[in-house]
Amino acid sequence: MKLPITAYASITHRVSGVFLFVGVGLLIWMLDASLSSPESFASLTNTLTSVPVKLLLWAVLAGAAYHSVAGIKHLIMDFGIGESLEGGVMGARIVIASAVVLTLLAGAWIW
Amino acid sequence: MVTAVTSFGRSGLSDWLVQRVSAVILLAYFITLGVSIGDGVTYAEWKALFEQTWMRVFSVMAVLSLAAHAWIGIWAVLTDYLTERMMGAKGNVLRFVCQILSSLAIFVYVIWTIQILWS
Ligand code: HEM
Repeated sequence: MKLPITAYASITHRVSGVFLFVGVGLLIWMLDASLSSPESFASLTNTLTSVPVKLLLWAVLAGAAYHSVAGIKHLIMDFGIGESLEGGVMGARIVIASAVVLTLLAGAWIW
Repeated sequence: MVTAVTSFGRSGLSDWLVQRVSAVILLAYFITLGVSIGDGVTYAEWKALFEQTWMRVFSVMAVLSLAAHAWIGIWAVLTDYLTERMMGAKGNVLRFVCQILSSLAIFVYVIWTIQILWS
């Protein structure tokens, strides 16, 4: 099915939002482990050195990056900026590009 | 429509605004966490940060924003797909069940976070 870029940008915002709802459970769990005691903090840092855990965290951060950038675009468009066909296409491109950059940065941060 | 009864503020306009205000608070909170972690923190620094009153207040604000934002967001998704129009009467039942499950998750997130902050 061939859809315009704006459709992909929009559905990804939705999917990332639902995904984040689950992913935030991981983040709260990490917050819990990081604050409970020096020992649990150390064991969390240790858990975070494993590749599968890094990948999982990266996925959550990627979801957060995409959802946030697309969310900011929503807010800008709510002010009436970019509400045209060209504006929409351009907005979708900017969102996807910035999310890719942020996701790569997040990956570099984790590793 | 029977969907309005499970919305957040019983009004689309109010939900729309809450969705946006909570988004901005969540974004600010994520950025604050990212900046605080930076290249890595020690347990002592991290613990001290969460002992500050402003950080606790900000964290509670963030989790309450998450609760409102997720309620509205999940509602929007459920009322788009799990509906009578899409799948007949069982759409209503399925949507209601999913709504209860997600509100349970939201409740757990809020209580859990408050417990982390004050223990
Ligand atoms: C843990 C954090 C978050 C979760 C679980 C979450 C979840 C969701 C969900 C499920 C939706 C509904 C999507 C739809 O109707 O298509 C949504 C919408 C939205 N989110 Fe988030 N979100 C989070 C953080 C953020 C952040 C940080 C922003 C930053 C700007 C944001 C901005 C938005 C906006 C503007 C909408 C409304 C879109 C619309 O009106 O169609 N969200 N969110």
